Amino acid sequence: MSTKAVRLFRKLDGLFAVYKPQGVHWKLVRDNIESHLLKELNSCPPPPPRLTVQFQLLTSGENRSSTDLILSPSMVPSLADHPQVTGPQFHKVHVGIGHRLDAFSSGVLVLGLGKANGLLEHLCKSHVTRDYTLEGEFGKATDDFCHTGRVVEKTTYDHVTQDKLERVLAMMQGANQKALIMYSQVDLQTQEAYELALKGLLYPHGKSPPILTGLRCIHFNPPHFTLEVQCVNETQNYLRKLIHEVGLELRTSAVCSGVRRTRDGPFKVENALTRQQWTTDNIIQAIAHFRSTKRKIRKSGIYRQTAAQSNTSIQEQKSKGHDDAQNFSCDTMVGRESAEKRDEESMMKRVDEKNSSNCSTVLN
Amino acid sequence: MCNILSASIKNSHEGPVVMHLCQRCVFVFRCLRIPASLQQSTCILHQRSHDSRITAALLQPSHKQLPVHNLSQKYNIETWRPCGMHLRALSSSVQKNNSDLTPKKDENHCVTYDSSVLHQESSQVSLSNTHNIGLDAVVRPSPFQEICEEEALRIQVPSALPPVSFTLRPYVDQSETLSKLVQLGVDLWKLEQRPNVGSMLVKLDFHSDVAPRLLFLKDLGVEEPKLGSLITKNPFILTESLENLEARVAYLRSKKFSAQSVAAMVSKAPYLLNFSVKRLDNRLGFFQQLLGLSSEKTQNLMIRLPKLLCGSLEPVKENLKVCELEFGFRENEIRHIVTTVPKVLLANKRKLTQIFDFVHNTMGIPHSLIAKFPQVLNAKFLRIRERHLFLKYLGRAQYQPSQPSYISLDRLVILPDEIFCSDVALATLEDFEQFQKTL
Repeated sequence: MSTKAVRLFRKLDGLFAVYKPQGVHWKLVRDNIESHLLKELNSCPPPPPRLTVQFQLLTSGENRSSTDLILSPSMVPSLADHPQVTGPQFHKVHVGIGHRLDAFSSGVLVLGLGKANGLLEHLCKSHVTRDYTLEGEFGKATDDFCHTGRVVEKTTYDHVTQDKLERVLAMMQGANQKALIMYSQVDLQTQEAYELALKGLLYPHGKSPPILTGLRCIHFNPPHFTLEVQCVNETQNYLRKLIHEVGLELRTSAVCSGVRRTRDGPFKVENALTRQQWTTDNIIQAIAHFRSTKRKIRKSGIYRQTAAQSNTSIQEQKSKGHDDAQNFSCDTMVGRESAEKRDEESMMKRVDEKNSSNCSTVLN
Repeated sequence: MCNILSASIKNSHEGPVVMHLCQRCVFVFRCLRIPASLQQSTCILHQRSHDSRITAALLQPSHKQLPVHNLSQKYNIETWRPCGMHLRALSSSVQKNNSDLTPKKDENHCVTYDSSVLHQESSQVSLSNTHNIGLDAVVRPSPFQEICEEEALRIQVPSALPPVSFTLRPYVDQSETLSKLVQLGVDLWKLEQRPNVGSMLVKLDFHSDVAPRLLFLKDLGVEEPKLGSLITKNPFILTESLENLEARVAYLRSKKFSAQSVAAMVSKAPYLLNFSVKRLDNRLGFFQQLLGLSSEKTQNLMIRLPKLLCGSLEPVKENLKVCELEFGFRENEIRHIVTTVPKVLLANKRKLTQIFDFVHNTMGIPHSLIAKFPQVLNAKFLRIRERHLFLKYLGRAQYQPSQPSYISLDRLVILPDEIFCSDVALATLEDFEQFQKTL
């Protein structure tokens, strides 16, 4: 029963990234995309109505008298299958969402369609980091750390220089690095831990507070400044609080005037769809673009709890983790172990490129 | 429950004779034959037949008969005629002709019957004279009873419609009203989701309820393609009394609305004619007095946005107060805005405030210029924001008419994206999209 609508629906299966505009709740974005997809699906022609047999009293032919009525059957399309009676063919399209963004922030938002919704869970539990651009403004402090909030305090900021800012950021990064090592449950005295730290493959296990794996200032123009942050397990409010704390460390106060997510794991802002591009064709193209990423997420999902530090623990985790794997059977896993480990490491390397450089500088 | 079934049966009754019989019934009715000698016996004991086929056939019509027990006599006469026939004929046939029923058509056979012996009770009463009645020894009509062709053709078997349904799909084919509404263009799937509307539509009779109102709307001047969407949005126009509808139209005509304008207003605001004359009068008076416009301009406003006459007046009053006090527009400016873009009266207060705040404070546009181009107040906030920031980034955000390369607010807002990028911003669409990703 492959009508055009059903064929189109089957193509809507995968992950893609969307650029969420500022000031819009993420649910509105999701609903908007769902309604665009439904409109396209329901514009396809509906299946033909079934024919029912109806006996109609018609006058018989000329050989009998005209007063004779006979019941003659005829195939009539049933009105019960008329599109005005049945309604649209599709009422709902499952659009799942990855890491959420609050209304004040903008940036890359990962959405999933169809079977890829299950992968979103893998993505959320995986150790991928996210890239943010934070814009701050010295001179005032508000109650909700945003520049639109109620002003609580006003200070001077003439004494702030870029040098001081960088020092404060380095101090913060050091503290975060310590937290990272602690939560990664790794004994730094071991050789393997040192190698992993060199490569930048340390990440926190299980529940952890938000940790910044990278932090630097990209623009300084008092009172405005821009920070770039790579973090794990964060919320946008935490990042705005971070700006406030930067202000406090510099003996002044600061508010956040923008939070922008430029990368969510392997999904970068260059491939995110803007509002004008939220149509079915563009979404299918984006899904095709991210197909390889989807495969990697699926593979790395098996390792989401793994300690990538030691090979033995990887083996243990795999035997434990195969219960959680939804897409792979045990046999294939064991056979492709080495290939998958390489894949996962390469994906992590690509993703945590900057982290490794930062890590190495701090450790040095 | 019963009502839906009875209504549907009634509908199928009065419409063109489109009978929906199952083939088995037709075959069974046609293949009956009772020898003429058995016709004389009338009071014969009916013994419970062990033939499963006969009992199945017997039970089938009885189940259909039970729910229609309380219908009008007219229905009873027309449909129970053959059953009444069968009751007496069966008793004779089962007794004497167990296995010799040869299916042969007897076209001249017409069983006489007593019209008084029609109700099931009466037939049962007649049998009670005889002795030895079992628990389910009610005389059932035999499907093997032969009847003449005309009788067979006139049998109206009530179709097995579900008494309760969540959708109108099972009733559409049987109900004349519903099928005619579908042909008119009414979206039944939308109406059946509203509470009680589906039952109301099934109970309506096409010729006495629906047709006169459709003709009324046509006389009013509403175009045929729009009738469907009108009824989809307001099915209650089919239950409003015709005198009321005519009175309201007469009132509108008396207020110097032309016939075409009344038709246009009814098409745009389907609920208009459901409101009483008093309420319409109240609203017209309110708008005339509040806005301080001439009667002609108020009329034009009503014709453009007849929803004003339907909804509540409180949001309108609030919006006007917001414009006056919060935004600080003068009386004549508000009048100009309302006559150019009437939707401002019904807009969401919060969104309106957000747009005005951005346009006046962030873009720095004075009141007079906003009043000159009220379309900005109707636009989407995100669109205004993105386009303004793009122009600012390019250095082309110039909204003062006195200075060169001036960009008017309506061009900023109304133009589609490609034309905006090429003409106003002098950049490409890709640049605009790249810029959007930096916001």
